[in-house]
Amino acid sequence: MFPKWFDKWNADNPTNIFGPAIAVGVVGGAIFAAALIVTWGNPYQTESMQTGPRGTGMSVPEYNVARTAADPTIEAYYTEEPYIPEGGEELAKDIYENVQVLGDLTDDNFNRVMLAMTQWVSPEEGCAYCHGDVDISEYGSDDLYTKVVSRRMIQMTQNINENWDGHVNAVAEVGVNCYTCHRGQNVPSDIWFNVTPVNEAAGGWAAVQNRATPMSTSTSLPSSALEVYLTDYDSEVNVHDLESRVAGVPGLTEDVHTIQKTEMTFSLMNYFSNSLGVNCVFCHNSRAFYDAAQYTPQWGIAQQGRQMVIEMNQEYLIPLKDTYPENRLGPIYADAPKAACRTCHKGYQRPLQGMNMTADWPELTSSDAPVYE
Amino acid sequence: MIEYQNIFTQVQVQGNPEWGMDDSGEMLQERVGKPFFSTLAGFVGNAQIGPIYLGWTGMVSLATGLIWFVIVGLNMLAQVGYSIPEFIRQLFWLALEPPSPEYGLSMPPLDEGGWYIIASLFLLVSVMTWLLRSYLLAAEHKMGKHVFWAFASAVWLFLVLGLLRPVLMGSWSEAVPYGIFPHLDWTTAFSIRYGNLYYNPFHCLSIVFLYGSVLLFCMHGGTILAVTRYGGDRELEQIYDRGTATERAALFWRWTMGFNATMEGIHRWAWWFAVLTPITGGIGILLTGTVVDNWFIWAQEHNFAPMYDGAYGYEDYGSYEAFIGKEN
Repeated sequence: MFPKWFDKWNADNPTNIFGPAIAVGVVGGAIFAAALIVTWGNPYQTESMQTGPRGTGMSVPEYNVARTAADPTIEAYYTEEPYIPEGGEELAKDIYENVQVLGDLTDDNFNRVMLAMTQWVSPEEGCAYCHGDVDISEYGSDDLYTKVVSRRMIQMTQNINENWDGHVNAVAEVGVNCYTCHRGQNVPSDIWFNVTPVNEAAGGWAAVQNRATPMSTSTSLPSSALEVYLTDYDSEVNVHDLESRVAGVPGLTEDVHTIQKTEMTFSLMNYFSNSLGVNCVFCHNSRAFYDAAQYTPQWGIAQQGRQMVIEMNQEYLIPLKDTYPENRLGPIYADAPKAACRTCHKGYQRPLQGMNMTADWPELTSSDAPVYE
Repeated sequence: MIEYQNIFTQVQVQGNPEWGMDDSGEMLQERVGKPFFSTLAGFVGNAQIGPIYLGWTGMVSLATGLIWFVIVGLNMLAQVGYSIPEFIRQLFWLALEPPSPEYGLSMPPLDEGGWYIIASLFLLVSVMTWLLRSYLLAAEHKMGKHVFWAFASAVWLFLVLGLLRPVLMGSWSEAVPYGIFPHLDWTTAFSIRYGNLYYNPFHCLSIVFLYGSVLLFCMHGGTILAVTRYGGDRELEQIYDRGTATERAALFWRWTMGFNATMEGIHRWAWWFAVLTPITGGIGILLTGTVVDNWFIWAQEHNFAPMYDGAYGYEDYGSYEAFIGKEN
C-alpha cells in the first residue's frame, strides 16, 4: 500500500520502533489521563452513599467537591433574630393600613420581616419592588402586582411550614422561607411552564414526547410529566401490577397501565433525581421499583413533597395567573409560573444543605399570631 | 511478529473481478453493478465489491424498506415543522410512535399512529422478502439453509415485538416506536412496567446466549488466528483432514480446560448460541403482559428472588448527617 521508495527506505534503514513507540505511548497515556482528571475530576474524590442493605447495590455516588463544599447561596442568606415582644405593643394591623397577613406582629418584628423579604427577593430594587416609588404613608396600596403576589406567597410559605411538616421538617427542623426558592432573585430559578404539545403533525402521545426540551430534561421522554403529575390531585404515578398476572388491556382497563404511562412516570422520576442530585436507589430498590417493603424512608418524604407541590400549584400559583403582567407568564400558553422540586432543591438533596430557614422566623411558620420562644 | 498485532487482513487479492458462474447464459442478467476493487474494503474483507444479485425478492425488499424509511423520516420532519436544522438537532430524539391504546387493533387516523401502521406493513414485507431471499439464494447455490434459519430467529424476535405480542395484547400501542432514543426509552419502560425483566427466565437465557456468543466468537477467532501459521485457517479442509493446526488447537483447549470442541463442532456451538439468543428473548417478550405482568412477583412466587435483611436508607445510619457523611 505504500510507495516502493518508502518500503525500500524502510528495508534499508531497519529501526527498532518499539522503544520510541512505548515511550510515546506512555507519555501520551499520561497526558490523556491528566487531561481527564483535570476536566472530569479525580475519580477518587467520589464516595458512594449506601442507601440499602448490602448486596442490593443501592448506593448514590457523590463527588466530595460537591458534597463538602457549601452551597454558595448560603453565604448570601440574610437573617435576624426576632425582637421578643414584652406585651402591650401596638400591632402592625393597627399601625398600618391594609395589612392582611403578618398583622399580629409588633412594629419592630413587622419591619424586621419586611427588611428580610427585601434582602431575599429584591435586594436591588428594595421596598419599591412591591410598594412602588411612593411615600411610606402610601405603602398600604395594592396597586402593584408584586405586592399582591407576595402576600399570597407569604400565605403559601406559612401553609408549607404549618401543614407539610412531613416534607419540610422530615429529617430535622428546617422549614422554608422566601429565600428557599428566591435566593435573592425577583423570580425564583427553576420554575416551569406548560410546553406540550411539543411535536407538530402528530396527535396522541406522539405529540408530547420525543423532543429534547427543558421539561424532559433533554431526554426523549414525555415533556408533560410535571403538568400531569404535579398539578392534579388525582394523578397517580404508579404503573405496576401488584400480582404476577392481571387481566386487562393496558390503557383501557382501569389500573392496567401502558408502556407510555411508564415513560411519563420515568420522566417525572428523572426530574426528581436531577433536582436532588441523586439516583433511583436513593428512594427505591431498583429491582422492584413498586415494592413498599423495599423503599427507603426518603420515598415517603418525596411522596409528601409531590402532594405538597400539587397543593402549591393548585391553591397558590396557578390562581395568580390573572394577577401577573404578561412578561411573567409562560412563553407558549401564557400560563402562570409553577413550582416543582428543583425550585427549592436547586440540585441539592436538601435545599440550602439543610440550613434551618425558620429558626429566626416564627412569623412565617403559621398563619396564626407568631409564638416567640 | 507484526502480523499478529494487526486488526487488518494481511493478504489482499486484487485482479480480474470474479463474476460467478453462468450455466444457462441468462443468469448474469440478475447480477447488477460493475465489480471493482477497494483496497479499503480489502483491509477488513474481500477487496472485490459487487456484482450484487437482486432478484425479485431483493427488489421488493429494498423498495418496501425504502418506503418504510421515508415514511418514518418524513413523519419526523413533519413533527419539527419541516425545519431541516431542527430535524438534524432532534434526529436522535424524534420518532414515529405507534397508535394510542383506544384504537386497539383498528386503523387509527394518520397523525395518531396511522402512518406507523402503514410504515410497519412495508417494513414487514421488506424483512420477510429479505428472509425469503436468503433462502432462495442458498437454494440456488445448493447450500444448506443455515443462514436462512439464523436470520429467521432474528425475524422471530422482530415479529414478536411488532406483530405477535401486540395482537395477543389486543392493541397496536404495544409495538415499539421507530426512533433512536425513543425505542431505548420503550425498552427501559417495558422492563420497569412489567416488574423488572431481569427476573424473566427467558430474558436470563437470552443474556446467557448473547454473552456466550461473544465468548465463543472470541475463543474461536483467537484459536484460528493462532494456528493460521500451520494452515488452521483452512477450516473446512481441517474438518475432514485433521492437520497439525487442529491438533495444536485441540490440545491447547483440552489441556486448558479438559474439553475441546472440534473443527466442525465449534461452528455448531457458535450457530446455536447465536440463534438461541433471539429465540429465547422472543419467548420472554411474548410471555410479558400476556402471561406474566410482574416478573419480580412471579420470581418471588417461584422462590428465586431473595429478600435482603436490613433497613433501607438513612435510618440505618442513626442520623441524616451520618448518612451523608457529615457527622463529626
